Amino acid sequence: MLQISYFAWVRERMGVAEEVIALPAGAATVGDLIAWLAARDERGARAFAEPQRIRAALGGAMVGAGASIGDAREIALFPPVTGG
Amino acid sequence: MIRVAVQPAAIDVAGALAAHDAGGHGASASFIGRVRGDDGLTELFLDHHPVLTAGGLEELATQAAARWKLGALTLIHRIGAMAPGDTIVLVLASSPHRAEALAACEYLIDRLKTDVMLWKRESFADGRVSWVEQREGDHARAGRWM
Repeated sequence: MLQISYFAWVRERMGVAEEVIALPAGAATVGDLIAWLAARDERGARAFAEPQRIRAALGGAMVGAGASIGDAREIALFPPVTGG
Repeated sequence: MIRVAVQPAAIDVAGALAAHDAGGHGASASFIGRVRGDDGLTELFLDHHPVLTAGGLEELATQAAARWKLGALTLIHRIGAMAPGDTIVLVLASSPHRAEALAACEYLIDRLKTDVMLWKRESFADGRVSWVEQREGDHARAGRWM
């Protein structure tokens, strides 16, 4: 199982801060997972309409869309950061 | 001495400086970021990750301490709801001479804008609420340190 946590406007559009899913067959990379979430339902379509604006952290490290999810148990999906 | 904090409480700049300077340093540089009340802004909210935000700040602090000869480093970032005038971020860097302290201070504020999991949401007097977009210029500035 994979725990997904959402932040900032991604969380608002998804309507939940986190969820646990069974990694869908064929979703090997972070980009695959984002595409699957966008196709799953309307809130996913809203949150992930522009996948190039989504960043990810896998097991605590920032990764690109091409990163393999492998047997990771946690992933965070969020917009580009704006601290400071 | 490295001190890193992510906190919802107001940042006590004078207290942080006193603690930071306790050892005495030849040169200390500081950066204080505050909430601007532009365009009728009434609240700035900082969203964060419960684990990775602090981890990201600690990693930046460790990198800065390794890159320059720092006698002390303080990095405090506020989270949650803030009002215009409130301090968002405090960076203090000290070294025997000014060049290292100034460079480390600039490095930390540039990199934390692009590398640390923090998100700003603005609320305005007319009811508008919007998440702040990342600026291209921030990436250009952070990229100078690669």
